[in-house]
Amino acid sequence: MAAHKFTVALIGNPNTGKSTLFSALAGIRQRVGNYPGVTVEKKIGTLRGDACEYELVDLPGTYSLAPRSPDEMVAVDVLLGNVAELGPIDAVLSIVDASNLDRNLYLVSQVLELGLPTVIALNMCDLARARGIQIDVERLSAQLGAPVVEVQANRQLGVKELKEQLAAAISAGIPAARPSPFPQAFQEEVAALESLLASNEIRARAIPRYLVERLMLDTSGYLQRALATNGFADVVDGHLKLARERLAKAGLPVPAVEAQARYGWVAQMLTGVVTRPPERIEVRGDRIDRILTHKVWGTLVFAAAMLAVFSAVFVVADPLMQAIDSGIGWIGNEVGARLDEGPLRSLVVDGVIGGVGSVLVFLPQIMILFFFLAVLEDCGYMARAAYLMDKLMVRVGLSGKSFIPLLSSFACAIPGVMATRVIENRRDRLTTMLVAPLMSCSARLPVYAILIGAFIPPIAVAGGIVPLQGLVLFAMYLLGIVTAALVALVLKRTILRGPTPPFVMELPSYKWPSPKIVLERMAERAWAFIARAGTLILAVSILVWAASYFPHHAPEIEASLGPRVHQLELERDALVEHSPAREQLDSQINDVENEIAAAYQRNSFLGRLGHWIEPAVRPLGWDWRIGCAALASFPAREVVMGALGVIYNLGSDLDVGDASDQDRLSARMRAAVWEDTGEPVYTVPVALSIMVFFALCAQCASTLVIIRRESGNWWWPAFTFVYMTTLAYLGAMATYQVGSRLPTIF
Amino acid sequence: MSLLAELPIGSRARVRSIVGSDELSVRLMEMGLTPGVEVALVGKAPLGDPLELELRGYRLSVRRSEAARVEIESPLPAIH
Repeated sequence: MAAHKFTVALIGNPNTGKSTLFSALAGIRQRVGNYPGVTVEKKIGTLRGDACEYELVDLPGTYSLAPRSPDEMVAVDVLLGNVAELGPIDAVLSIVDASNLDRNLYLVSQVLELGLPTVIALNMCDLARARGIQIDVERLSAQLGAPVVEVQANRQLGVKELKEQLAAAISAGIPAARPSPFPQAFQEEVAALESLLASNEIRARAIPRYLVERLMLDTSGYLQRALATNGFADVVDGHLKLARERLAKAGLPVPAVEAQARYGWVAQMLTGVVTRPPERIEVRGDRIDRILTHKVWGTLVFAAAMLAVFSAVFVVADPLMQAIDSGIGWIGNEVGARLDEGPLRSLVVDGVIGGVGSVLVFLPQIMILFFFLAVLEDCGYMARAAYLMDKLMVRVGLSGKSFIPLLSSFACAIPGVMATRVIENRRDRLTTMLVAPLMSCSARLPVYAILIGAFIPPIAVAGGIVPLQGLVLFAMYLLGIVTAALVALVLKRTILRGPTPPFVMELPSYKWPSPKIVLERMAERAWAFIARAGTLILAVSILVWAASYFPHHAPEIEASLGPRVHQLELERDALVEHSPAREQLDSQINDVENEIAAAYQRNSFLGRLGHWIEPAVRPLGWDWRIGCAALASFPAREVVMGALGVIYNLGSDLDVGDASDQDRLSARMRAAVWEDTGEPVYTVPVALSIMVFFALCAQCASTLVIIRRESGNWWWPAFTFVYMTTLAYLGAMATYQVGSRLPTIF
Repeated sequence: MSLLAELPIGSRARVRSIVGSDELSVRLMEMGLTPGVEVALVGKAPLGDPLELELRGYRLSVRRSEAARVEIESPLPAIH
């Protein structure tokens, strides 16, 4: 058993193979969570050493330890030992990309200033060699005053030596103070600021030197607000202004002085350590990149790649979803057959098993999408996608990084919302998350399909070239996109207003995606969905089941139809099995039972609510049945078919993808009339109004739960629900009111 | 004096300075765009923006508006 537990923080630039190293070190022994109050993911793994055990904390990839927001502050807080749950950090493991040492050492210079035992892992040496870069590792280690270990994270090479060096660094204790990379005058100003802050008696603990330095350098005002509180703010503000003026006069303007000093330090460290060829040696990745970012070829490859991902999602996920659906149906039947008729059976079959099914049915899409997204990200193409699409996204106030999450949302908003993690800027990320559910996901398609099939005539318009049905379907997708663009614009000008975040983004070298990382990321996202969202979705499903089941009381119908079922059953049992007459009776019994079920539904709490809200849905052109179906679809829009099935006496086990079931349902819908006037309920404006409602409404509990998980706050899913439902209502009302006043076109 | 945003594709120059002291200028400097460093304009995205740069042995993408913050010395001989 391990004698002692040490905490080690893993830090590095993005695209250095940090995740690969983390997984090489910690294996599958990982815990994933969130730091309180921020959207930063907390990933902790356990690493076994020879005589001890390490808690390995994976910090988010960053180019600089210069916090300008609570999210960026997390890494600094962890390193300074300010996160209670983790405690003090015993050592830092800093991973650097050997093919790109200059920029990677910038972060290392900040890490070394923290004064913690530090080990440097030098990764991607093979790429460096291919580029003709030679590194004297021993000399680099001597220059930095910290052990440097050559590793190949993707092949698990160097892991043993890394562990040895970690153990040695920890037992050696706090290293001797290293010379600061900053000029003397700057260091003196920082010392003066430090003593000014120390004179603030109210503060219980001294502010670490690194943070004092950051306070001097941070012109965004974030650290000033975070550190200098308690009426002391004005004094600090005045002091900072004067100090920065003095520094500017001395030729050390803040904040430029930092980059100058650190890159100067880097150049000094690398003198005699690195030899580079006079001209950049072109590797295969550079030649590939010329094609992938080419005006014509790059765009074509991008379009083809996106098309391939989507085809795969639909082609591969669809049969899996059908299989899960029928598997759940089979289990429901088997279990149902072993239970007595009554509330318990309905709870288990319709509530629990059906609820579990509504969670599991998303898994194929989530896993397949994340498989492709992880491949694109790990090979370095994700950054190119953002590069190619940036100009388009800037027009709605976002950046190219929002493109892939939004595109993913056309398959399903859940992976789309989870994919927003690539967006560093909090406001951009939230905006993307909040508009992602407006993209027409695959669950909306059957709703569009059945309404278009039933009510839009199969004619061609625009000179007989464009089929009208296709045009309406396209219009529904376009409606989602245009609404998302407008909402994003409004959000970025109101509640998520702020300066445009810098796009400045590294275009990493291409590499083969690591199968291990790809599978791990896929499994991690799938698990996150099941564990965090699954339980809540299940609870919601059970609630809705209860609302549509209870009080399960319809005395008049039971009195009039109950004996009829009994009589039909007696007649049937007298007939020979498999005879046509018997089958006919079976179907009659089924019809009557469906009618009873419809009566129960009408009398259920949900049904009563449907009747009660009829005045509210009347301006949308809807009767209480449509209102009821729309209400029942709030937890998951795909249940609308089942809900309509019950309401129109077809039974609840309608198969959305089944053409004959669709025909039966649309026949019932076409026959539906208003109870008071006898006019048909469904007209073209009504069908369009329902489609617009489903296009815009937040009818997906899973998406809302995932937004809660990713934003770390219940406020954002509540906001999403309210704004989408409002838009859906107004949009549907406008569609019906305008549509029903236009002269009939068809 | 000229701006990086106006550099023709395929040419290179040394950075003279970064304009401003806000988050954007800090970010540009953190990514290695410091005075004296050599930077090449490798290409631009199909829609004309952002730009692809090469500096310190790696590729960096910045928007045209962001590149306008980078002042450069007179262009050096072309890369290829």
